[in-house]
Amino acid sequence: MTLQSNLLIALPELILAVSALLLLVLGAAAKRASPIFTAASVAALLSAAYVAATGHQGHAFGGGLVADNAAAFAKVAMYISSAVAIVLGDRWLARRGEARFEFHVLVILAALGMGMMVSAGDLISLYVGVELQSLALYVLAAFRRDDAKGSEAGLKYFVLGALSSGLLLYGASLIYGFAGSTKFHDIALVAQHGVNPGILFGLVFLICGLAFKVSAAPFHMWTPDVYEGAPTPVVGFFAAAPKLAAMVLFARALADGFPGAHAQWQQVLVVISLASVFVGAFAGLAQNNLKRLWAYSSIANVGYALLGLAAGGEQGLSAMLTFMVLYMVDVTGFFACLQALSRDGKPMETIEDMAGLFRERPMMATAMTVFSLSALGMPPFSGFWAKFYVFGAAMNAHSPIMTLAAILGLVGSVVAAFYYLRLIKVMWFDAAVGKTDALPFEARFVAYAAAAFSFPIVLGALHYLEPWAKAAAAAFGHA
Amino acid sequence: MMTGILSLTTFAPLIGVAAILILRFFGKADDARTETAGKWIALATTLATFALSLVLVMKFDRANPGFQFVEDIGWFAKLHYSMGVDGISVLFVLLTTFLLPICIVASWKSIDKRVLEYLVAFLVLETLVIGVFCALDIVLFYLFFEGGLVPMFLIIGIWGGKNRVYAAYKFFLYTLLGSVLMLAAILAMIGISGTASIPELMHYHFDPALQIFLWLAFFASFAVKMPMWPVHTWLPDAHVEAPTAGSVILAGILLKLGGYGFMRFLLPMFPSASHVFTPLVFSLSVIAIVYTSLVAFRQTDIKKLIAYSSVAHMGFVTMGIFSGNVQGEQGALYQMLSHGVISGALFLCVGVVYDRMHTREIAFYGGLVNRMPWYAAIFMLFTMGNVGLPGTSGFVGEILTMTGVYGVSTWTALVAATGVILSAVYALSLYRRVVFGTMTNPALAGITDVDWREIAIFVPLILSTLALGVYPNAVFHITGASVDALVGAYRAASGG
Repeated sequence: MTLQSNLLIALPELILAVSALLLLVLGAAAKRASPIFTAASVAALLSAAYVAATGHQGHAFGGGLVADNAAAFAKVAMYISSAVAIVLGDRWLARRGEARFEFHVLVILAALGMGMMVSAGDLISLYVGVELQSLALYVLAAFRRDDAKGSEAGLKYFVLGALSSGLLLYGASLIYGFAGSTKFHDIALVAQHGVNPGILFGLVFLICGLAFKVSAAPFHMWTPDVYEGAPTPVVGFFAAAPKLAAMVLFARALADGFPGAHAQWQQVLVVISLASVFVGAFAGLAQNNLKRLWAYSSIANVGYALLGLAAGGEQGLSAMLTFMVLYMVDVTGFFACLQALSRDGKPMETIEDMAGLFRERPMMATAMTVFSLSALGMPPFSGFWAKFYVFGAAMNAHSPIMTLAAILGLVGSVVAAFYYLRLIKVMWFDAAVGKTDALPFEARFVAYAAAAFSFPIVLGALHYLEPWAKAAAAAFGHA
Repeated sequence: MMTGILSLTTFAPLIGVAAILILRFFGKADDARTETAGKWIALATTLATFALSLVLVMKFDRANPGFQFVEDIGWFAKLHYSMGVDGISVLFVLLTTFLLPICIVASWKSIDKRVLEYLVAFLVLETLVIGVFCALDIVLFYLFFEGGLVPMFLIIGIWGGKNRVYAAYKFFLYTLLGSVLMLAAILAMIGISGTASIPELMHYHFDPALQIFLWLAFFASFAVKMPMWPVHTWLPDAHVEAPTAGSVILAGILLKLGGYGFMRFLLPMFPSASHVFTPLVFSLSVIAIVYTSLVAFRQTDIKKLIAYSSVAHMGFVTMGIFSGNVQGEQGALYQMLSHGVISGALFLCVGVVYDRMHTREIAFYGGLVNRMPWYAAIFMLFTMGNVGLPGTSGFVGEILTMTGVYGVSTWTALVAATGVILSAVYALSLYRRVVFGTMTNPALAGITDVDWREIAIFVPLILSTLALGVYPNAVFHITGASVDALVGAYRAASGG
């Protein structure tokens, strides 16, 4: 392979890397953010998404970087989501007089890291991708540096994230030691007929490290604190694209690297998944802050996605991908609602703050109701279809464990229903407590668009999304 | 054949929803004129839907046991947007569209806050319920079945009584838990058979060992919806707290979804499991009939009493369905239709006095006949219907289900027959305590008799109760072919 063809395969990443550096230099010269920055970074992300979807596919740099349908699918979703996050975050910060050009650069760098993650073909690029993404996110979490809670969130995220990176690296080194290669392709050959204890040991560490990145129980502790402390638009970003990136990386590492050990990692994933579903459901009951509540909701939802991953095969993986994309739209919309709503300049963040919202802001309350019902898995909203695919894959994995896990997961979703209903109840049944401020245009637009996607657009969109997700899922396991 | 009429009937209420939303958008909120306009739109929409479903029943081919007016469009994930009705479902569509305009008129004055939202909730609910009866794709069915929870949750929670929030949660979570088990079974069925089409699944022979699990999962959902003893406890709470029209919908239509599900899914798709579990269902049914009748007798709240009597009447339905013979099935269908009309009417009767006095305590009333002779007559008719007096529709369903069950299990029929006596005990004593006697409570002195609006509500209900009571063949001619096919297939498959 020539250098040129290697670079062509890595073109989406190159676009992002170059634009991040350019923006950094320009920002340092201009010393302040301007709408041009936003436009330029959105253009960079969108063109990277376009190139990822239509550009060259193949293995570059000796198999370290993989561009296939799965990577393309994830990149399009992640880059678009990052572009939305830039617009929302920039305007939000600007209204607080804290707009800085670093925000754009950091989001692009995080997106670059995510692109590396979903394209990882060996353990090294896996680690590099994860670290690049994580470091950018740590800084974003503490982006309001004068805010005590924000700094706390950033620090917590960083310390625990470093620990998980350590676990990841330790697992990777064990796997390398026992398999003799860092490439998923070679590891898969070694682990073709079951794995030896050394590799298994490393695999468990790898799974733990990745479970931390997707915030699955019992590695979820950082999530509520970080969600609560970080700026709301940043949380909306955290909850969407990086989760998809980590899930795709999860699928890549397991399906590409250890297809022969499916039975082993399936058990681990089922335990993690059910733990997440129930931790998310029960711990969410006690929450009053909506950002914390949605942190637990995201833990439960990651549990469902992991169930699809555990089911494996084309059906399971495409279910997981569909689930994550539908979840991303919902969660982006929800946090757009949260960042739009404020009362006397104070953000509305607790459930009580939402009292009587339907009387005052019927459209906003309807949108939030849609997101709640969707997260609850109520048909016909998109969350139901997400669960429909995942549980369908789990029920039909021809394994009693998966069937049982699916039933337990569904029961867990009934527990979680209580807190989503509580939010709806407060918005619709209770009396209003005061006037809300004017809603900013861009957040309102994103919220309504996401709600409209959740129902009814999803009913048509799935028609197109399904074959894409299938094609993406078919790409796994061919490292 | 007229294709598209089913979708039109199903989604016609949404046209009204759109009109009301436009009204809400341009009109002033909480403005009396806007609200009146909204009510008229809702009434016109529901009446038009009723007219459509009348056309549906008239065009319905009675000799054809299969699905008619079928529409089928491919969707994603092997699903289809597939609609159709047969003799079992077509009358439920009619029942739904018949009760909805009555609900709208019944709420005309009693709902005074958030009127437009209330109407929207009812119209959306109508669409979802009609959809349940028409869906021929099992996931589409689930969509409508489950979606109905949300508007009902809001109706109870926003416009309900004092303890409405508790009742709304209880209603929602109870039914949701049942439904998710059904969802698991649906996903497994699609995976095994490779189809989501209800007609195809009816002819798919599931492994008998598997049928047991699938049956239990579906049963969990429908038994809660029905509701059967011992999972009926959400119903009295929901009824007591719901506004009058909400109770009418709940008792008149939503409870029928359970029985419809039994006939549509459990018997045809899992015949051998149904056969195995028949004694269980019979036991639960007679416990429901006897136990809840006794519980009803001890109630101090009129609505709660009628709610418990609903559970008892549904016991006849489940018993009849699992008898697996033509009399039992016909009787169960008839009992559901008749109960839809009569229990709806009884809740409206409660609504009449509740609107005037704002209490449902039985002890508060007494001697109403002195001030409200017309009301006393109407209430009497529906009480008799509830008891199952010959000449009213209630009689036909009870006698047929018992005949059907008698052929299968004599003891079940015998115990169930005591329920008929018990229903007379609680219903007549309720009537005596509320309507007869001397008027001792001075607060009642100024109570007025039913007005024209209320009479307009009751006239169609009275006519249908009596008509169904004296000429049941009107129903049997429509349901006959489909019920025969259902029973024939069930007997062949279960070896009965």
